[in-house]
Amino acid sequence: MANIAVSTDKLSKAYLIGLKNEVHDTLGGAVISWLKFPFKNYRTLKRLNTFKNNEEREDYFWALKDISVEINHGEVLGIVGPNGAGKSTFLKILCRITEPTSGSAKVYGRIASLLEVGTGFNIELTGRENVYLSGTILGMTKKEIDRKFDEIVEFSGVEKFLDTQAKKYSNGMRIRLAFAIAASIDTEIIVIDEVLNIGDADFQRKSIAKMESLAKEGRTVLFVSHNLSAIKAICTRAIQLNHGKMVRDGEVSKVISVYLSNYVKEYTVQEYDLDSAPSSEYAKMIKAELKFDQSKGDHLKAGDPFEFEFIFYNMMKEENILDVVFQIKDELDNIVFIGSSMDNNYVKVKEGYFKWTCKIPPDIMNQGSYTVHKFYLIKNKTDVIFEQREVLSFEIMYAFDLRIGNIGRKEGIVKPKLNWDLLTGENANK
Amino acid sequence: MKFIKKMAAKEIPYFEIKPSKSWNLFNIPELIKYKDLMFFFVYRDITVLYKQTVLGLLWAILNPVISMVIFSVIFGGLAKIASDGIPYPIFSYTAVLPWTYFSQSMGGATSSLVGNAHLLTKVYFPRVMIPLTPIFSKLLDFAIAFVILIIMMLFYNISPTLNVLFLPLLMLLMILTSLGLGMWLSSLAIQYRDVRFAVGVITSLLMYAAPVVFPASLVAEKFGDTAYLLYGLYPMVGVIEGFRSSLLGFNPMPWDLIGMGSISSLIIFISGSIHFKKTEKIFADVA
Repeated sequence: MANIAVSTDKLSKAYLIGLKNEVHDTLGGAVISWLKFPFKNYRTLKRLNTFKNNEEREDYFWALKDISVEINHGEVLGIVGPNGAGKSTFLKILCRITEPTSGSAKVYGRIASLLEVGTGFNIELTGRENVYLSGTILGMTKKEIDRKFDEIVEFSGVEKFLDTQAKKYSNGMRIRLAFAIAASIDTEIIVIDEVLNIGDADFQRKSIAKMESLAKEGRTVLFVSHNLSAIKAICTRAIQLNHGKMVRDGEVSKVISVYLSNYVKEYTVQEYDLDSAPSSEYAKMIKAELKFDQSKGDHLKAGDPFEFEFIFYNMMKEENILDVVFQIKDELDNIVFIGSSMDNNYVKVKEGYFKWTCKIPPDIMNQGSYTVHKFYLIKNKTDVIFEQREVLSFEIMYAFDLRIGNIGRKEGIVKPKLNWDLLTGENANK
Repeated sequence: MKFIKKMAAKEIPYFEIKPSKSWNLFNIPELIKYKDLMFFFVYRDITVLYKQTVLGLLWAILNPVISMVIFSVIFGGLAKIASDGIPYPIFSYTAVLPWTYFSQSMGGATSSLVGNAHLLTKVYFPRVMIPLTPIFSKLLDFAIAFVILIIMMLFYNISPTLNVLFLPLLMLLMILTSLGLGMWLSSLAIQYRDVRFAVGVITSLLMYAAPVVFPASLVAEKFGDTAYLLYGLYPMVGVIEGFRSSLLGFNPMPWDLIGMGSISSLIIFISGSIHFKKTEKIFADVA
């Protein structure tokens, strides 16, 4: 028992959701409802705080339902799940920001939340004042902050601007300082909600390193993120929530791979007519499609060649070079490669439709789920004139292959077919 | 694993999270633990308020002084309202001083929870610190405006009586009333945003109901002694008349008014605490 950091017992939280508003089609009805409306509003607002435990009603939304979990000291727990699964609600209850509707939780140790970096930051105050304000809001005493002040300042890299008002800071500086304050907290349990998606790459590296060192010190960390590779890198255990319930608990890579196969959907074509197409000021995307030879089967297999077809409508009168650039990401958020039509074409495009086809050669991509994550149209090699995210998403199935023993498991981000030469006899030793 | 060993050496704090009972009291030891946060909240309130102003803290003096001048011209000069024999400017300023504190700290407390909603949804700390902040920070304005009163007393050659020793007691009554109403209004305002709009009107009503521009003795004269005693149930009546008696010494201390005011002030404070504790669990959900 002594080693338990957090234990929850049927922890549940219900929210009241708004019921549909009545719509009036007569003036009389509207006037009457307008007269009644203070009373109706009062009832709605009053109900915000009158929950009956476990009462099943259609206007209650269970953000969290019967979560029972035990987390040991020193564990780094990753929490995954689609949006609205209850991940943040779970952390908020543990941090005592909001109360559970029923159930209970026991927390052994001080808990600090980094639910959002920059909590309590006031841009009118100086950096130094903000360190103290933010630090005390996060639960530290002035003495503790005094002791850690130099460390915080060093980690944030804003030494020179300590006595400058925070409103003169750049966004990046503010985030760095805020994170440095949050990271200096030495509570036994630390709760983090997607804080890694901020700041520049260098800062992200520093942050992940800091989090890893917290974990190595034996700190208990609860970590919510959509960045699955970060979870995989740091966590020792993962749970998956869905619709407020805990659906999986166990080893990180297993939980993540099941989560992915269940919730990441395939869409290999997006097609629009000219009026409804996603559009910028300069161009419209009419179609994006992944094509492959379907005579061999319905699914794309590792090793098969395939191609992307992108059809646009150019709305600019003058002729321009229009390049397509896209980024392929795998299920762990790794960028597999970036494709660019700048590789071999410099053709000018007139107003109207144009189509780019990009052939992906065989024997490059491994099995897995992929997305065409970022997608740009670039004018004259400099200006981004059209931008879309998550354009396509597709699955590459494993191919029966004698080369690798472990059928069904993905080993390596890419799976190139390499050329090997064998030489035997006397000459092999030269 | 160094950290675990270190943890084993010291006592690990423990707490349980469950739906709270509807009856709850303030956790005083916890409030003391968070005293540094209280300090920085007050510090923030004071620094941010006067940042980017030309006159800065002078506003703390200007507001009550301008009120005093207006009252002296209209009520003292034109309407010739009685002032118990006290020169009208100092008569009204002695009342404007606690009144300004009361209205500003109460108003500040009312909007405090709504204004700090972003904190309520992100971190835990004893929620009552939010409405407590203006209760403390407005004491600075009060102290600065008090200097003007001392100057006026020197000017009119009025010296305080021994009753000035009761001034801290009167201030306590004034603070307790503000805090009690502040807890009521802030916890109502976060759920019913109407409160913020209503408070402005109510505050000016309350001002004319308080003996700011007229003496409380006027009520006794016009409506009789019972009405006078009931009038005392409005805590600011005792506070304002108490300020006049203890500082200016023209009248004996109005203990009857102060006594009545203390009773209702305590009721407001206790019921305010209960309501605040009862509703604080939903602050993060309605903020």
